Amino acid sequence: MTLDDKKRLLREMLFARRFEERCYEAYVERKIGGFLHLYPGQEACAHGVLEAARPGHDYVITGYRDHVHAIKCGSDPKAVMAELFGKETGCSKGRGGSMHIFDVEHRFMGGYALVGGPFPLAAGMAKAIKLKGGDEIAICFLGDAANNQGTFHEALNMASVWQLPVLYVTENNLYGIGTRVDRSTAVQEQYKRACGYNIPSDRVDGQDIDVVYEAAKKAVDHVRSGKGPYMLELMTYRYRGHSMSDSNAYRCKEEEKEWGKRDPVIILRDRLIDAAAITEEEYQVMDKAIIDEIENEIIPYCENSPEPDVAEVEKYVLADNDPWVAGGKQ
Amino acid sequence: MAELMYWEAIRRAHDEEMARDPLVICMGEDIGLVGGTYKATTGLYDKYGPERVIDTPIAEGGYTGLGVGASFLGVRPIIEIMSVNFAWLAMDQMFNSAAKVRYMSGGQLTSPVVFRSPGGCAHQLGAQHSARMEKVFMGIAGLRVVTPSNPRQAYGLLKSAVRCDDPVFINEHELMYNMKGEVPDAEYFHPLEGSEVTRPGKDITLFAYNISVHWCIQAAETLAKEGIDCEIIDLYSLAPLDRAGIAASVRKTHRAIIVEEAEAPVGVGSEVMAIINEECFFELDAAPVRVSARNVPIPYNRGLEKASLPNPNDVVQAVRKMLGK
Ligand SMILES: Cc1ncc(C[n+]2csc(CCOP(=O)(O)OP(=O)(O)O)c2C)c(N)n1
Ligand SMILES: [Mg+2]
Repeated sequence: MTLDDKKRLLREMLFARRFEERCYEAYVERKIGGFLHLYPGQEACAHGVLEAARPGHDYVITGYRDHVHAIKCGSDPKAVMAELFGKETGCSKGRGGSMHIFDVEHRFMGGYALVGGPFPLAAGMAKAIKLKGGDEIAICFLGDAANNQGTFHEALNMASVWQLPVLYVTENNLYGIGTRVDRSTAVQEQYKRACGYNIPSDRVDGQDIDVVYEAAKKAVDHVRSGKGPYMLELMTYRYRGHSMSDSNAYRCKEEEKEWGKRDPVIILRDRLIDAAAITEEEYQVMDKAIIDEIENEIIPYCENSPEPDVAEVEKYVLADNDPWVAGGKQ
Repeated sequence: MAELMYWEAIRRAHDEEMARDPLVICMGEDIGLVGGTYKATTGLYDKYGPERVIDTPIAEGGYTGLGVGASFLGVRPIIEIMSVNFAWLAMDQMFNSAAKVRYMSGGQLTSPVVFRSPGGCAHQLGAQHSARMEKVFMGIAGLRVVTPSNPRQAYGLLKSAVRCDDPVFINEHELMYNMKGEVPDAEYFHPLEGSEVTRPGKDITLFAYNISVHWCIQAAETLAKEGIDCEIIDLYSLAPLDRAGIAASVRKTHRAIIVEEAEAPVGVGSEVMAIINEECFFELDAAPVRVSARNVPIPYNRGLEKASLPNPNDVVQAVRKMLGK
């Protein structure tokens, strides 16, 4: 990565941070409803991995904490925020909501609410890539606790047996809602679980984007070169509760403080300031421009977007006018 | 009689049963240290310890199977599934193991396990968190399905379910945990079969269960002002359904509307209609009607979501229409 790349990434990560913070406010203002899971603290994971891959070309799938992954794949942040506002202009036309961001044009294949659901879906997309002969890979981002679902083990086994081009990324933020990983999981080093399926794997610091990028580069190259699946574990932390309805009461303040010192945005910012690639003032200007963009462009766009038409509540349940429903073209 | 919230009533039933029998345990995601997503197990972890109040990994198929296996040896697990939507992952063990083992073993083995889970639609939780799955559970031979509409039932049904030797699925509701209601101070066991007359009436019967009982109560109040006297039957037992109770009410009012939060196909409504046909068809003065949800995956947008779900006004309209008013 060049310094320019890193400056761009700093902006992207800071944007992701401010975007999510604004979601928080919009939820409090009741513009956003349902369950809302935010990403602050984990920005270097999605950005580092996807920077090493080909966003918009590779197929990406994840869970419910999905806004930032979609944006990094190329989704218009306006369409993502509009989805959270439940508007027709949202990327899922207001039908999906925060947990179900979809942007197939950018090959963001969706956010899914059932923990562990995407593991086999990612393997399936990798199977399709192989059948179709493309150079894409499938990338699946999920949490530490998801690895205890049977789907993790079933999918890794199949991906390995069939040498599928899929990268499994575990964003290990140490908790599945209120349960700390050591209370639910026999093997703390999650990456070691991949060796049970003969899948190469690695574990690195998920707060430092340079480190994530290097490890992801190796992982992506492995998968893209046809050597089969790979698993990458990123050690990270979420700065907010699991969702808006979670107060984080189960976490100790010292732990939160320690991880707070390892803020991925600040780590990259300070590194760029040390390298004289950016000044503190330039960073402030960047931050202000991001906040202005969100406040003056994104939010008004969402506010002014139309609601879905209630008459269309049954649209998208099934295909429109599929001739095969009547047994083929007459 | 004390007023308890629905979650407090469930918590009390857990506590009493666990205090009485060391083989009653509870398990589920975040039920221990955190006390449960809807607080139904708060304080139990401190009181009974981690061997009996078990925070499970996120592995519904696995821990449900583990609970069912434990029940083979006489343990009585109360398994909380955080949301009924996640029960899809546990159904193999619920249906293929718990529900069938007594029969397959010629009566040698039983599975005295309780599954509890909130179903129903809350607000804007989206398609994968808004399933109403009672229709799926109630069609499985060997499984009892009950669904409490108030704190008294929530308490008494759980108490009986723990004692019963059959596997019981308790369908709760995301929006009802904070509902208040009277619960007897003395220990109380609610029957697992039957139905209750929530409101006697003579003009028309509203068959309801769980949250739809409350929609019907509201609708009946509105209709009473118009001189229409609704009877409300609370079908707290969905498997088996109370054939005699259903028929008795139809014989009295000669008109039936079934109000369900779920989509119409293959649901409580279709089943109640079939029972009416079989038991008392010639008592009817009008063809029975269902008030149900639209047959869609529940949308996130609030307006679309509301348009997808039935409400008390839909019940009022359906009654007026049936009575030609
Ligand atoms: C099948 C299923 N079970 C339970 C849940 C409830 N739930 C949602 S997120 C979550 C914790 C997941 O933790 P992890 O995989 O570590 O991801 P994180 O939220 O930390 O990013 C749980 C238990 C669910 N959505 N789906
Ligand atoms: Mg986690």
